[in-house]
Amino acid sequence: MKQKLTDVARVIRSKNSGPFELTLDIMFKDRAAFEAFRARGVLTPAVVARLYGVPEPHILKFIYFEPANAVKVTMRRPLPSGAPGDSDIYGAQQHAPLMAFESDA
Amino acid sequence: MTAPREFRILSTTAILGYGYPLESFERGLAREPHLLGVDAGSSDPGPYYLGSGKSFTDRACVKRDLRHMLREGVRRGIPVIVGSAGGAGARPHLDWCLEIVRELAREEQLQFKMGIITADVPKETVLTALRAGRVHPMDQVPPLTEEAVRESTHVVAQMGPEPLIRALDAGCQVVIAGRCYDPAVFSAPALRAGYPPGLAIHLGKILECAAIAATPGSGADCALGTLTDDAFVVEALNPARRFTVESTAAHTLYEKSDPWHLPGPGGELNLEQCSFTELADGRVQVKGTRFVPSPKYMLKLEGARCTGYRAACVAGTRDPIMIGQIDSVLQAVRAQVDKLLQGEKVSGRIFTHVYGLNGVMGSLEPVKITAAHELGLLIEAVAATQAEADSLCGLFRSTLMHYGYPGRISTAGNLAFPFSPSDMALGKLFEFSVYHLLETEGLDLFPLTVESV
Repeated sequence: MKQKLTDVARVIRSKNSGPFELTLDIMFKDRAAFEAFRARGVLTPAVVARLYGVPEPHILKFIYFEPANAVKVTMRRPLPSGAPGDSDIYGAQQHAPLMAFESDA
Repeated sequence: MTAPREFRILSTTAILGYGYPLESFERGLAREPHLLGVDAGSSDPGPYYLGSGKSFTDRACVKRDLRHMLREGVRRGIPVIVGSAGGAGARPHLDWCLEIVRELAREEQLQFKMGIITADVPKETVLTALRAGRVHPMDQVPPLTEEAVRESTHVVAQMGPEPLIRALDAGCQVVIAGRCYDPAVFSAPALRAGYPPGLAIHLGKILECAAIAATPGSGADCALGTLTDDAFVVEALNPARRFTVESTAAHTLYEKSDPWHLPGPGGELNLEQCSFTELADGRVQVKGTRFVPSPKYMLKLEGARCTGYRAACVAGTRDPIMIGQIDSVLQAVRAQVDKLLQGEKVSGRIFTHVYGLNGVMGSLEPVKITAAHELGLLIEAVAATQAEADSLCGLFRSTLMHYGYPGRISTAGNLAFPFSPSDMALGKLFEFSVYHLLETEGLDLFPLTVESV
């Protein structure tokens, strides 16, 4: 059986962390859902790299943050915010590949 | 036993000009705050605003938000602090905000002592520090070059609380400051009163976004912070919102790369021992945040420079045959345009944003084949002059309009334009040129001017 990330997460979002980094936040519905997801270890820097089609070293940080029942992933921005060709100045619409993420439950 | 001392801070709105309900503001005033604070800026809207000297917020909206803060602050003798005035917080932004403040003082017949703090860093100062090895790139930022400094229209440093404290020491009722580290606006008066820096700065970090950290969140509503010597409490001032442990803790993630360690001027906030506790009535108490000074006092520099001019054209296609081969059509048009311009004195770059395919995520988009029945196209041309950008954009547009791709049935034209004119000259293009840390030893970067308004 597959478990969709959207079934256990309440918030999935992206935003700039400064003009040169993009940061992804996944907040789980409660502590139990967060701990269960963390224990399964299905989301890793390598998985995020694959979801976004970038080399793994572009995933800069992967952090569990218990106070918010959250996982934070920070990655390199393909282009600095506002550079020619940039498509998302605030970085606020780069979250969708995580919404599609599902794993074996 | 006496009650523990407390310091109450009213943050009116997430960004000056985003608005706040007067009912919330009045509920906040009824709590007799020791500070009315607001963060007026961000680097989030991109490099254009810092580079061009323009505000990303609207003048009428900024004036509206400031009117109530100034009137009530001055009348009640509560300090009013505005940080990152005018958005990007360089001299033109600061002047823009000061003009609004003076206008309001006349209209409301207010008299007060105003502290003005600039955050512009002279290029010579940056160059000297750069040569001395005292400038360091932030993560993912290339090393700074002298050329980048020289070409920047504005370079600012995010000030910490110290310059704001100096203004309060000078007896200023109102402080209008250039670029600030966002929490400094709120932490400065609390630090001045001797509250612990970890808690004061963490509270500032939440209050700089006002009710965004509440639930439901809003960038256009007030929040109140109450600081004591061993904790702080945040609360919304609108019965429709409350702070929860989750909303408060989640805010620590917002726009940051590591929620446990939050670097700022002179050190970092460490949240490893931090606890969040829900109290009655939608309030949250936070304890245990520590401030860890860094070995060297560092400030973040921000600069932007003009790197060219931009022209753009918006169009759409509803043709399934063209949509099916959109990538190769755009590639062929690009090649044709390049060929046409060979030997001409027009050069530059074309970027195509294809909405319905990968216009939002570009190279990060995992969906490679679109199922859309129509596509939106944004043609972006960038060149050294506006004339060249216009030429490139126009040529790409006309070539694409009439390009005969394989299997074409619709032979009258490939694009639907929403406007005449179809092309827009967008003027100067700015890019971030400086996003670096500066060792500030021995430098006084934030001069204070005191003015009687």
